[in-house]
Amino acid sequence: MSKPKLAFYLAGGCGGCDMSIVDLSEALVDVATVLDIAFWAPTVADAKYKDLEAMPSGSIDVGLFSGNVRNSEHEHIAKVLRDKCKVLIAFGICAACGGIKGLVNLHTTEQLLETAYIDTFSTDNPDKVLPQVSYVENGKYELTLPALMDSKKLDEVVPVDFYVGGCPPHHTHVAKAVNAILTGQLPPAGSWITMGKAVCEVCDKNPVLQGKPKTFAKTVKRIYEGNPDPNTCLLEQGYLCLGPVTQGDCGSKCPSVDIPCRGCGGPIPGVKDFGLRAVSAIASMLDNEDLVDQIPDPVHLFYRYTLPSSFLGKRLKR
Amino acid sequence: MAWEPRIIVIACQWCTYQGADLAGSLRYSYPPTIHIVRVPCSGRVEPEFIAEAFRRGADGIFIGGCHFGDCHYKEGNYKAIRRFKLFKRLATDLGVDPERIQLEWISGSEGKRFSEAMTEFDAKIRELGPNPFKGGA
Ligand code: SF4
Ligand code: SF4
Ligand code: SF4
Ligand code: FES
Repeated sequence: MSKPKLAFYLAGGCGGCDMSIVDLSEALVDVATVLDIAFWAPTVADAKYKDLEAMPSGSIDVGLFSGNVRNSEHEHIAKVLRDKCKVLIAFGICAACGGIKGLVNLHTTEQLLETAYIDTFSTDNPDKVLPQVSYVENGKYELTLPALMDSKKLDEVVPVDFYVGGCPPHHTHVAKAVNAILTGQLPPAGSWITMGKAVCEVCDKNPVLQGKPKTFAKTVKRIYEGNPDPNTCLLEQGYLCLGPVTQGDCGSKCPSVDIPCRGCGGPIPGVKDFGLRAVSAIASMLDNEDLVDQIPDPVHLFYRYTLPSSFLGKRLKR
Repeated sequence: MAWEPRIIVIACQWCTYQGADLAGSLRYSYPPTIHIVRVPCSGRVEPEFIAEAFRRGADGIFIGGCHFGDCHYKEGNYKAIRRFKLFKRLATDLGVDPERIQLEWISGSEGKRFSEAMTEFDAKIRELGPNPFKGGA
């Protein structure tokens, strides 16, 4: 049998998801012997868009799309990959739900450009030049840039077959996902590739797993306030951990070093709106209603990785 | 056609829903814009229900539960108010007018209060106008 063909694309992301594949290290050598990398841009392979565009429809077996869709170029390549790939995977929380960089939707593009190119203290731009979608140099050479747009998750642009959470996905989870792809042991189309358990279910601090009763949080603390007791659930200590509603494919990495989970693994199965379910879970764990007022900045806390997938977030007053 | 509000009332079956029933028996009227959804307890109301009601075009959402001490599941209403307050903060930050959502404790014997609360909420929603989410969902 010929080796399955793989494509990897980094859109509105940071390259961390690429690294999570490279982090398979020794395993990647194996992967490379079993996979044929048809396209990996812009980070790893020297491939051009036109090479990808020239490939026949459906000629790539699996496409991994990392990063969100933030400009016209990302959108174009998403459509090209959808056409070329038999299976398209939203790889990492940016592609699946918008990611950290989905928080740009709290601002308009104009506001962001003004901050980045005019208002910042270190910027020297007296003519207030902003990036242009098209610019003609010397009256004859047209230069173009992709047009910025609101941040979207991949499935707002093209149909997606599978989702992988994490920012980036933990390499042990990536290894499992790659294995599932290679052996064809994939869940039903449209689902997440996940073990299906919440971070809490694999967390050493979980009182239930220690046979102890759950208790309510009696305070709300920021992460820099005090030192958490390493043997007690962070949420019970007042550190707002989103472990109850987050997929635990990372193996509870953050709580294991006394940092509350921020939700990068994506919503546990059955949850459509991560932020709203997180509101529900956290509010249920608070001892009294006055604590609600002490939670700083709920949007950034509860939608840190998923704002573009929120319905309410789509109608922002900006 | 002139706009008429659509108001969703999510009512606990043990109290506010009975209050609505009583309002009916006693012939206290309330506006026809009110659509009641019965739930087992106010503690059953997920923030997702409220967002979903907005998504489907509701102009206002009212949640009715038992007074403190009266919840049949002891703490459902305490949970409801914590969730509601936190949801309201989040939704306000996302641009939703917090006046469009309300939580109140109305018991099974408060038929009159039910009819008043519905009349007041309907008037408030009429003042606020149509749901800004409409047409874009
Ligand atoms: S999910 Fe995280 S690691 Fe992956 S591209 Fe987005 S920001 Fe980077
Ligand atoms: S809330 Fe956080 S610290 Fe507590 S059990 Fe869940 S993952 Fe662990
Ligand atoms: S604990 Fe939460 S935030 Fe940390 S890596 Fe895992 S899913 Fe992501
Ligand atoms: S039973 Fe009415 S609020 Fe819980």
